[in-house]
Parts: sequence; structure tokens; C-alpha cells
Amino acid sequence: MRDTNIAFASGKGGTGKTTVAVNLAYFLAYSQQQVQYLDCDVEEPNGHIFLKPEMDLKTPAKLMVPVIDQKKCTFCGECSAHCQFNALVTLPKNVLLFPELCHGCGLCVRICPENAITEGEREIGYIENGRAIHGIEFIHGVLNVGEPMAGPLIQEVKRQYKKQYVRIIDAPPGTSCPVVKTIADADAVVMVTEPTPFGLHDLKIAVSVAKNLGKPIGVAINRQNGEFPPLVTYLLKNNLPVIMVLPENREIARHYSMGNILLQTLPIYIDQFMELAVNIGRLLGKTKCRW
Amino acid sequence: MTHIKEIVVVSGKGGTGKTSLTGALSSLFRDKVIADCDVDAANLHMILQPEEVLQTKEFTGGKKARIDPDRCTKCGICREVCHYDAISEDFVVDTVSCEGCGACYFLCPAKAVNFSTRLAGYCYVCSTSGNGRFVFAELLPGEENSGKLVAMVRNETRTEAEKTGSNLILIDGPPGIGCPVISSITGTHLAVVVTEPTPTGIHDLKRIVELAHHFQIKAALVINKSDINPQYVQEMKQYCEEKGLIYLGEIPYETQITEAQKEAKAILDFAPECVASRAIREIYTKLQSILEEL
Repeated sequence: MRDTNIAFASGKGGTGKTTVAVNLAYFLAYSQQQVQYLDCDVEEPNGHIFLKPEMDLKTPAKLMVPVIDQKKCTFCGECSAHCQFNALVTLPKNVLLFPELCHGCGLCVRICPENAITEGEREIGYIENGRAIHGIEFIHGVLNVGEPMAGPLIQEVKRQYKKQYVRIIDAPPGTSCPVVKTIADADAVVMVTEPTPFGLHDLKIAVSVAKNLGKPIGVAINRQNGEFPPLVTYLLKNNLPVIMVLPENREIARHYSMGNILLQTLPIYIDQFMELAVNIGRLLGKTKCRW
Repeated sequence: MTHIKEIVVVSGKGGTGKTSLTGALSSLFRDKVIADCDVDAANLHMILQPEEVLQTKEFTGGKKARIDPDRCTKCGICREVCHYDAISEDFVVDTVSCEGCGACYFLCPAKAVNFSTRLAGYCYVCSTSGNGRFVFAELLPGEENSGKLVAMVRNETRTEAEKTGSNLILIDGPPGIGCPVISSITGTHLAVVVTEPTPTGIHDLKRIVELAHHFQIKAALVINKSDINPQYVQEMKQYCEEKGLIYLGEIPYETQITEAQKEAKAILDFAPECVASRAIREIYTKLQSILEEL
């Protein structure tokens, strides 16, 4: 299973992505695999709370931003007319930049007829690297509060891929561009869902995102408390395999609320994660890798 | 029209109970318009069950580049100017990586790049039975610009509030602290943060409160599933005091809420006398008096 990307997504928030991802990482590392854990939920990264890595490197993440030389600028308005993100506004005697709207594309730098714009940088967050239990290589991105540009920071996290590792990638909730960016190069996507109408509604959207990208998908059902027939019907109809089931259980909730890795304090659930690992192996068999 | 007050329910962490709380509050407040700003994964309509869609509006997202192979001279300028490595060696644009900046389109000497908008979602204005007007949206799977669609939902909601003479807008927000959340909370009068007493709950709570304060929005706290871990409840109350947040109350872990969810019903209708329903009514009473002072 070396050199594979396994992404965890859900659509709906709070279904247990991080719990499943963290425990699978723990299980694989415990079974002597080389594991890298990448937290791409840069808005609210949580993996470190459970894996408790010792961080040894913190790097600011930067995004290109234009710097306008007001002396050279003739206020012709070419830059603001071309900017697709409305990050520049030309006034009669000034050009205003709204840095948080800027995507750092550099078009204004190239389009300015007076060469009055150069490339600068601004910080949008930071990346931290560390090492967690059983040698898990840990990376997460943390978006600055007030910063809307999650996408470039996610790309930055993904630049840290370690070759030969099993890479466990925790995606943000939702079904839009940050999720797409996170799972774009996944070899398999694990959808963590809960058996409620809300969980199912959002699962359907998330599945169609992953399907559009051509990803093999497995579904992990969390907080199962008796069968939820609409979910069963949907999964059958769409030929989606259930690759793990975790029960609704107050003990699990309690251990979660203490920030524990489940398998460390409630090892009885090891069978579920073994099954998950085997099933992911099966999903991968459909693409390029085997155990 | 400036007397319309906007309350947004947010959480940072997903799955803490935003929609359950918003759904419950919807049946308590009178004369309001409700908005679901979680456009990636909208759920509130499943509780409110709109009677009729009064208006459907199309949402066009950002543009995407596409290279016309017949005109392309393979000069490579597009690959050079693209900051997102979105153009392959054989000059095909990867729509996932393309940010829609237009650099390739404007700078291609052969004019071989098409750059056009596409349908990215829908915004619906609905009527409900007994809950007033309700606005929600659906972003098409995997699309971008969810922040812009949120802005559209909020504009439509304000228009409806003015039309119907409502003085309150109640918004169900998305999880996280990024673009769609910023778009959901800016200009509101109060952010109600729903959290849970877990290490992830408190971690994410701090970031969303910081965000609210960054935009100078008053924040109030609701602790859901409050009996899971009393130690964190204490810590959260203390945090509340330190940061000058309004403490709205706590909702105990209630299995009836899960049952209500399974039937997509608001807890107040499903089990009006359960402890959670009583707690929510108290929160509502507090909110009412806070609203008068906003």
C-alpha cells in the first residue's frame, strides 16, 4: 500500500472524518507501515489534537500579491479591468488592493503597460511538520483567522508528500473547491457518513464530486444505531461498498471528548480498522496498488 | 429597512448542531426570514420542508479556461503564466486546478483560449407552512465561489425581509472559518456559536470567535451535548467570560435529537417536553431579550 493517497471526506461536518482517519493512521503505523498524515482541513485542523505530534518545523505559507509602484502608475485601469477577483480598484489618483480577494495569479503584473506592478507576498497561514506516535509523519496547514483563501494553503500542505508512504489525507467538510482540491489526487476516497437524512443528503453530493473525479469510493458508517433503510438503499443502488461500520456508543463519544486515539484506549475496535484497511486495499486494487 | 436584525448560527467545527438549533429556533421566532448559507451541504430545508418554491435563481460561478486545440500553436506562454500548474504539457486545462484568473486567456498570442462562465448553482426563495419565508441554495457538486453564492442567498433574504416587513433574519451558517463563513457572518448583528465540550470543539470555537471579533461581530455561545464532558464545559464558560461573550446556555445530550434527525423534524415538534427542547426554549428567551438591545 506504499505511495498511495487515501482521502477522507464526508460532505456533512462532524460525521467522524478525523476520528476514522486518525485511527487508520494509527493502525497502519502500528502495523509497521510508513504513514504520513496530512490534515487538509486548514480552516479547522483537528488531527493534531488526537495524534499529538511533536512539531519540529513551522513554515509560513505565502501567496503572491501585487505591489504597485504608485510613482510609475498612470491609473490607466488595465489591472483592475483584467482582475477576475475584483481585488484591484483604480481610482483617479490611486489603485487600491484588497489582498484577501487576491488569488495570487500574477495577471496584473504581466498586463500592466507601465511595468508598475511587481510580485510581493503575503502570509495566509502556516504549515507545521512533526512526528507522532509509531513514527507517523504529521503535516497540517493552519489558515490565518479572517483569511478566505483556503485553496492555496491546501496545495501547500500537499506539496509535502513523502514518497513511499501511505498518505492519509483528512479533507474539510463540504462539497466545493477545497474538497475537490484535497481529493483531486487521491487513489481512494473514504466517505465517512452518519445514518441520518442529513448525513445521507450530503453524502450524495460528496459522492458525486468524487465520482466526477473518477475516484474509487468506499463508505464508512459512523454512529450506526440500527439500520437506516434509505442509506442502505442508496448504497446498493449506486454500488457503493460499506467498508467500515462504527456503532453509536457513549464510550466512543467519551474517549473522543478526552482527545484519545480510540484504538489506544478502546482497542476492542481494532477489528473495524483492520477491516477498513483490507477494504481500502480492495478499493485500490481497482486502480493501481495492492497491499 | 436598517432595523432588520441578522443572527447567524455558526460553529467552526462541523456537526455540533447548528442546523438542529436553527431549525428549532425557526419555529419559535415570529416575523422572520430564514436563510441556509451552508450552500455546499444545505440541510435546513429538510427540517423546514418548504411548501412552495416561489423563485429559483441561477448562480453563475467564476470562469474557466479551455484551450481550442485547432487554434493552439503550442507556444507555451499559457503554461508559463499559469500560477496554478493547471495546463498540461499537451495544452489541456485541468478544471480542478484552474482558478479562473484568465491569465492564459488574456496573454495567449493565438487567441486559442476560451474563457466563459458556467452554471454553478441555484438559489431558492420558498414559503413554508408556519415558518415564513425561507431562502436556501445548492452549489453544484465540486463548484467554486461558494462565498459568492452565500452573498446571493443573503441578498435574496434581505429582499424578502423587506418585502414581508420582517425585522429578523435567522441564518444557518456553514462549518469552518474560510470564505463561505466570512461571507455568512459579515454585517450580521450577532453570531451564535454552537459548540460541543470536546477538545476539537474548544479548539474550533476559539478560531470562530476570533473570526467574529475580527469582523467586529458580537458572539454568543451555546454548548450542545453539554453533559459529555463537564470539564470542558467549565473551560468554555471561563473562555466565554474572558472574551466577553454572551453565554446563552447549554443543551444536554439527548437521544431524542438523533431520533428527530432520523425523521428530519425539529426537536421542538418531535419531543416538545424533552430536556433539550426545554433548554432551547430558554435559549430563545435569552436571545429575545438580547435582540432588543442589539
